[in-house]
Amino acid sequence: MTAHHDATLADSYNFAYLDEQTKRMIRRAILKGVAVPGYQVPFASREMPMPYGWGTGGVQVTAACLTPDDRLKVIDQGADDTTNAVSIRKFFQRTAGVAVTESTVEATLIQTRHRIPESALTAGQILVYQVPIPEPLRFLEPRETETRKMHELEEYGLIHVKLYEDIARHGTIATAYAYPVKVEGRYVMDPSPIPKFDNPKLSNSPALQLFGAGREQRIYALPPFTHVVSLDFDDHPFEASKAPHDCDLCGASDSYLDEVITDDQGGRMFVCSDTDFCRVRQEAGHLGAMAVPNLAGSA
Amino acid sequence: MSDALLGGFEQAPLQSSNAFRAALAVLSQPGEIRELQGALPPAPLSVAAGVLLLTLCDGTTPVHLAGGHDCAAVRDWITFHCGAPLVGAEAATFAFGDWTALHPLGRFAIGQPDYPDRAATLIVEMATLTATGAALRGPGIAEVAHLSLPEIAAFQANRALFPLGFDCFFTCGVWVAALPRSTRVEAV
Ligand SMILES: [Zn+2]
Repeated sequence: MTAHHDATLADSYNFAYLDEQTKRMIRRAILKGVAVPGYQVPFASREMPMPYGWGTGGVQVTAACLTPDDRLKVIDQGADDTTNAVSIRKFFQRTAGVAVTESTVEATLIQTRHRIPESALTAGQILVYQVPIPEPLRFLEPRETETRKMHELEEYGLIHVKLYEDIARHGTIATAYAYPVKVEGRYVMDPSPIPKFDNPKLSNSPALQLFGAGREQRIYALPPFTHVVSLDFDDHPFEASKAPHDCDLCGASDSYLDEVITDDQGGRMFVCSDTDFCRVRQEAGHLGAMAVPNLAGSA
Repeated sequence: MSDALLGGFEQAPLQSSNAFRAALAVLSQPGEIRELQGALPPAPLSVAAGVLLLTLCDGTTPVHLAGGHDCAAVRDWITFHCGAPLVGAEAATFAFGDWTALHPLGRFAIGQPDYPDRAATLIVEMATLTATGAALRGPGIAEVAHLSLPEIAAFQANRALFPLGFDCFFTCGVWVAALPRSTRVEAV
């Protein structure tokens, strides 16, 4: 058996698409990532039957972790029903035969693009992030040899300078997504383009968090109960901000909201970005400002 | 049929996926003990150590066999089932043996300052393995966990090297636990 099956053979013989040697390589990288939280482990990313923007790094980490007993949830910016999420979910149903769910609570493994679910994650769950640019220092220093050196020497002054320039220019830290964090007082890490509203959920989570970057060929990890701090300053402490509204469908005041244009007259509404969270709340009878007429109309 | 041909995974993709999840669970939650089944390696290799070998090792991962583990039966079994090259301690990605046989520990790779992942993983065969004894704190542990480590000082010295250092799995029969280099260890 070789690592170079054609696509048809791969589909029929390889659990979760990847051949065993590739999965072993990815699994070893994941274990080293767990052993050194926040450090980016290089791995030999494989071609996947989907474009890079579709989360090939996350898909490879998920493929290496899945067992036939898993219940997989896939979300794209909080939603289970986008093309990207549906495609990835179908891919693993077909290649690994796993059960799937939209319920955060019932899922054993969740692959996500750009959000952390609102419902608290629990022990035993794995959250796999799709990461476009894993290196938090890349926009300060394009050379890999240099950023590696900066991590080695804990030379993180430049990234603080960048955040402080935000404050000087805007009066506040303007970075709203992919807000950098420090892991266990050692490595500065890019949490992927989640809104900074989600940053506090990175820390001390009972779930295992794994990060996969396909094009950049990096895997990193946050074991459960890892201490994660968003970078900030004494005079400008980190704030996990969100739109100052309640969800118009479920009334939640504490969830991350998307602004949705509802008509061409400038109508708009704010709804939970986490579609499962919003649906569960509505089913439990929680109604937002714009939910009642809809429900009455459909009854 | 030679014994070396027996005792491997019968359904490698499924058995290795289940075994990896157990290995991932114990390494990401130091002190946790899980079961590893599915391989029947020759003595003195335990079932759990044999399963780790089949799950993680192949022709790209040099393996060191320490002490009594460096015997013809184990060498042949690894060569047939994994194809892993057998090497001295200094060149090993994975090392298998009893705690005393693995000494001196300074021989094993602890990674490089810019690539701390290039460090050895030690699979330490134990006579007993229980969630008692040394106090463990750090990533993966809510407050404190306990594990029957073979000693304390070596793991404190290894932690002092962080982010460099080796990582350990402990195996006993079908049972496995782990201690990544990030864990802070204290005697109780
Ligand atoms: Zn809502």
